[in-house]
Amino acid sequence: MAHVNFSVNGKQFSAELDPAMPLLWALRDVLNLTGTKFGCGMGLCGACTVHLDGEAVRSCQTAVGSVGNKKVTTIEGLSPDRSHPVQRAWIAEQVPQCGYCQPGQIMQAAALLHQNPHPTIEQINQAMTGNICRCATYQRIRRAIQRAAGENA
Amino acid sequence: MGGAGTTGALVLGFYLPLRGRAQGSSLGAPLRVFKPNAWLRITADNQITVLVEKPELGQGSRTYTPMMIAEELEADWSTIRVEQAPTIPAVYKGLRTGGSGGVVNTFNAMRRAGAQAREMFLAAAAQQWNAKKRDCRAQNGAILHGPTNRRLSYGELVDAASKLPPIDPDDLALKQPRDFRFIGNSIPRTDAPGKVDGTASFGIDVRVPGMLFGVIARCPYFGGALESFDSTAAKAVRGVHAVFAVPPLPRHINTAGGVAVVADSTWAATEGRKALALKWDKRRHAGESTDSLRKLIVERAAGQPTFIAIDHGDATEALAGSAKKMEACYESPFQAHATMEPMNTTVHVRNNEIEVWSPTQFADEVQAEIAALSGLPPDKVTVHMTLSGGSFGRRYQWDYAAEAWQVAREIKEPVQLVWTREDDIQHDFYRPYNYQRLSAGFDERGNLNSWSTRIVTTPISASNLYTGTTESPETLRDPATVAALEWYGADIAPYVIPNFRLDYAPADSVAPRSWWRSVSSSYTPFAKECFIDELAHACGRDPLEFRLDLLSDKSAEAARLRTVLELAAKHAGWGKPLPKGRGQGIACRAGESCSAQVAEVSVEDNGTVRVHRVVSAVDCGIAVNPDGVRAMTEGAINFALTAVLSGEITLKDGAVEQSNFHDYQVLRIDQAPEIEVHIVPSTGDPGGVGELGAMLVPPAVASAVFAATGVRVRRLPIDPQLLKRSKS
Repeated sequence: MAHVNFSVNGKQFSAELDPAMPLLWALRDVLNLTGTKFGCGMGLCGACTVHLDGEAVRSCQTAVGSVGNKKVTTIEGLSPDRSHPVQRAWIAEQVPQCGYCQPGQIMQAAALLHQNPHPTIEQINQAMTGNICRCATYQRIRRAIQRAAGENA
Repeated sequence: MGGAGTTGALVLGFYLPLRGRAQGSSLGAPLRVFKPNAWLRITADNQITVLVEKPELGQGSRTYTPMMIAEELEADWSTIRVEQAPTIPAVYKGLRTGGSGGVVNTFNAMRRAGAQAREMFLAAAAQQWNAKKRDCRAQNGAILHGPTNRRLSYGELVDAASKLPPIDPDDLALKQPRDFRFIGNSIPRTDAPGKVDGTASFGIDVRVPGMLFGVIARCPYFGGALESFDSTAAKAVRGVHAVFAVPPLPRHINTAGGVAVVADSTWAATEGRKALALKWDKRRHAGESTDSLRKLIVERAAGQPTFIAIDHGDATEALAGSAKKMEACYESPFQAHATMEPMNTTVHVRNNEIEVWSPTQFADEVQAEIAALSGLPPDKVTVHMTLSGGSFGRRYQWDYAAEAWQVAREIKEPVQLVWTREDDIQHDFYRPYNYQRLSAGFDERGNLNSWSTRIVTTPISASNLYTGTTESPETLRDPATVAALEWYGADIAPYVIPNFRLDYAPADSVAPRSWWRSVSSSYTPFAKECFIDELAHACGRDPLEFRLDLLSDKSAEAARLRTVLELAAKHAGWGKPLPKGRGQGIACRAGESCSAQVAEVSVEDNGTVRVHRVVSAVDCGIAVNPDGVRAMTEGAINFALTAVLSGEITLKDGAVEQSNFHDYQVLRIDQAPEIEVHIVPSTGDPGGVGELGAMLVPPAVASAVFAATGVRVRRLPIDPQLLKRSKS
């Protein structure tokens, strides 16, 4: 156990935690930020995707003790009011079905567009291939990312 | 409609008494509420709350239900909010969904619920104005009086309507489809906003003060048992509160039993589980492997059937006397559901009452079973049905809720039992293993005159929760009841073939089985429609033309099927030149909802099949929410592609060999084809669509592979080695 300090969605947290605890479980079970989802625990499905200094990472593979001074952003902190272009595009294209994987999909897509504002279909497929959707809303995910990219004029 | 507000309110709705929501009143006094029936609450501030009894698994119940109610209520859509109905089976008869029946089973009842409220508002307004009811009309959340141009909103009528005697909804005439304002229009999902900002709360997101988290180390060998365990190291893991044995359940459900670890976080619980020293007794089933099961199944395909499901003419004799005979066998293995939200349930066992939060598609069964297990009356078991992160049939089982109760009864705090992905893949109720042997004969003039199908499966009914007891596959004899789950979709009708026989033989397996999106229709069209393709090619005929000839019947069903076949073919460019290396395959399915699909594929040098495009034509009667129909169809097509391209659960030593998404590979975005969904305009009664799209993908893709390569695929998932050889 150790004293772990980390910043989530602009707020500073400090807790007595096993530094090896994956960030995923620190977010979900300690901070009650349940928007970040558990899907596989092996970095295979992307449901737990969050941003670490703006970059998409799998929080199930990120020890909370390794976060350090990097800023964690979760789906709850992507925008205060669902106004992020990716969130708006997700609604416009009616992407979610069950919705469970969508926070991870959205965080991955937001990181992609931050890095590459106008991705091709191949680049979208490549960037999103680590995010599984069992309802398989993939066609709409592609359309929504293209729509959000269209706003990056 | 409120977005995050909707979802947030859903959660609050579980905890707060009704007056807790009456925030619209400036005086702080509770708002007047009009409750015309169990599905509607309308308050004086013009808020309409629709209580949805169907689970929301992603299929859109929280959107299509209020649409059907709003249609007859003539509601203002912006005033509607949605809440999950409480689990009170005496009031709500539809606290479950399955068989693509969500819309089908509620279409009339929900419209009547809306009509009942509308009529009471009409009566209240007429009374208030001392006017004739027939001079009043409902429109956009208000009653209007034509002759005097007066208007009263529903909110203003709440008081007066509450005082009226109820009107019998069965006496009311429902609107004609031409007058529909909501039904038939693509209305955005009410749950979408909460699903893009992280506020949508699934079962695994339930947070109750003081709660703990649990996992179970289950016996990996089906039918095996815990021999011994040592919890010393597990108890030493920081955060672990308790470690104890959990027995397999005595009732008619397969729970493996094992050792529970309860801790202050899911992480600590799984770390504790890793530290357990466990000894399992494999018992009698240790010998079962996929190879041994397959051997048994192939034997059964040649042996005696336990029942004949359909027998027209004399297929046996006609086949024996046919001028040309063909035979082929088709095989598809176990499949896992692998919902993105792993199984979980939160349970708080208190003195003489139990509270349950479960992502289930069968809330009344969860209540009934936990009541039976605990000995409490059902009304002492409160079940909150949460959002489910996918289901595909998995959440019709209540094993995980029962396990959660087993763990929670040992602990005074509420406990959330969480399944890891490994638990989910290795302790699912799998889509049955199946094998089909088909024979067909042509007469001297080349007419297809006989067909027989033998189906062998590891039947669902052997582990059926409906029967109350575990049925032996050997006793499965009545084709009309649960046995239909094994062969449904294999009937060749409405193709006209004079001699047809369909029979069945079971094969026992230790692996639990259950419904998996489209149940037997996930494999019967694979065999039937691929075989049609084989027969067409054997006659040198175009597979579409060959089908249309077999559908020359004057029946309405044949006509519907011709329509969807021609529609899918037209949009897919059937018969037109394709890019080099590509092939198209077509398949169709008759039923309450009819569909046809064309898949377009190519095969890479290493044998990998690439599905470029799937064009689907759907006749589902009236499409209540057309965009919902499209979304379900897209998802179902992709879901089935997993089983065609990569998914397979295998057994060794009586245990599942796969454990996570690296070895149970599901479809990813770079494999997802372009999909077009064309809906046949209809004003007929709605048919189901949740499973429809999944049924035709296996035959359409396998036939497309044949068109592209000349190689017949008769086992799924497609083995790239089979196609690699054809390339070299």
